[in-house]
Amino acid sequence: MTNVSVAKEDAAPTGDLVVLESVNKHFGALHVLQDIELTITRGEVVVVIGPSGSGKSTLCRTINRLETIDSGAISIDGKPLPQEGKELARLRADVGMVFQSFNLFAHKTVLQNVMLGQIKVRKTDKKKAEEKARALLDRVGVGTQADKYPAQLSGGQQQRVAIARALAMDPKVMLFDEPTSALDPEMINEVLEVMQQLAREGMTMVVVTHEMGFARSAANRVVFMADGRIVEQAAPDQFFSNPRSDRAKDFLSKILHH
Amino acid sequence: MFDFLEGYDLLGAFWVTVQLTLLSAVGSLIWGTMLAAMRVGPVPLMRGFGAAYVNIVRNIPLTVIILFTSLGLNQTLGITLGGGDDFDTINFRLAVLGLILYTSAFVCEAIRAGINTVPVGQAEAARAVGLNFTQVLTLIVLPQAFRAVVGPLANVLIALTKNTTVAAAIGVAEAALLMKEMIENEAQLLLIAAIFAFGFVCLTLPTGLILGWVGKKVAVKR
Repeated sequence: MTNVSVAKEDAAPTGDLVVLESVNKHFGALHVLQDIELTITRGEVVVVIGPSGSGKSTLCRTINRLETIDSGAISIDGKPLPQEGKELARLRADVGMVFQSFNLFAHKTVLQNVMLGQIKVRKTDKKKAEEKARALLDRVGVGTQADKYPAQLSGGQQQRVAIARALAMDPKVMLFDEPTSALDPEMINEVLEVMQQLAREGMTMVVVTHEMGFARSAANRVVFMADGRIVEQAAPDQFFSNPRSDRAKDFLSKILHH
Repeated sequence: MFDFLEGYDLLGAFWVTVQLTLLSAVGSLIWGTMLAAMRVGPVPLMRGFGAAYVNIVRNIPLTVIILFTSLGLNQTLGITLGGGDDFDTINFRLAVLGLILYTSAFVCEAIRAGINTVPVGQAEAARAVGLNFTQVLTLIVLPQAFRAVVGPLANVLIALTKNTTVAAAIGVAEAALLMKEMIENEAQLLLIAAIFAFGFVCLTLPTGLILGWVGKKVAVKR
């Protein structure tokens, strides 16, 4: 495979990259995140699972401050999340995000989608940005669609473009907020394969998903959330074969046997 | 039958109407977009200003605003907008100013409606890439908002074309002033009215048709 993107730090490959300390958040009366403690080390793939409404998407979105938090602290690569403004924009550029509904810029072509951040945020010159964008699109398997508009692509293709758009910023960590939940079943695998490959290449990833197969095969750690709390975290083998909490047992029994 | 038209500069008068329309359209598009940006922005003071401006200005009759530019700004405060001692130039510029102040309130609301058609995810994705507020607005949200409101903006432009007739109130020599003059001097009232009505339809009908076509052409597919 090509060696574009996937910025590897020249510094130590280990160390804490994302740290959440006693994070709390309310949506009105709903206490959606309750005393969340989570540390993600460099190169780690963390899969967050749990029932709907358990706060896992919100957790994912707090990491680049698309959702604000009420109390607690979040830091990325040792730096606390800044307030809204230039600093935050700079930090968000280092955190790739992939959304459930793709959110490709609808008025721009696929190629422009992947070039925009490089040119406007990283100030890369156009030619280099295009080269990189085309290489990334080839890598996720949609190179031939570069000049189309997002609406002309299938869901799976759009999501792979979204991954390429995030990778174009050379992120330190990638957040995936239910990346396959809006896809037709036959398109899920093409997206998961790209994610598997990223995981193998050592990208730090936080993945909120319902794809247990992906969690088993790609995750270093599974975080199980319910009712706004992290109920259990463990290596995938251990979690799926031998969950400790009743809540996790109950959840797994409902999704794994049918 | 059209002999009485001799001695009147009909085309010249409509040319002034066109100039009033185009200059005011450009001005109100710029100022209206800025107002819309204020109204969706994160700064409470600007949001308040934008809301107050729109709600006050759109509820004042245009005639009052145009008269205010002449009686208030010019004759009381001595503002000439760089027109020197030339009353025609000064009044023309004051009329353009008045039309911009008034029309921008409607442009702002049309664009704000357009902004609401852009899914929240578009702005979120733009922020997630690291774009700042201004970039999110100018590169992602507004381009899509404009495409959604070409039709409504065409309505505003048509209304503006017809609203330029109010400039006659402060003596700008556009079509309506000439019509008034001709009605006073000539006997063919119906014919004169018909000629001017036809003149305005010639200006506004293509505007609506062309912009309607443009609107369909540039619509964002989702």
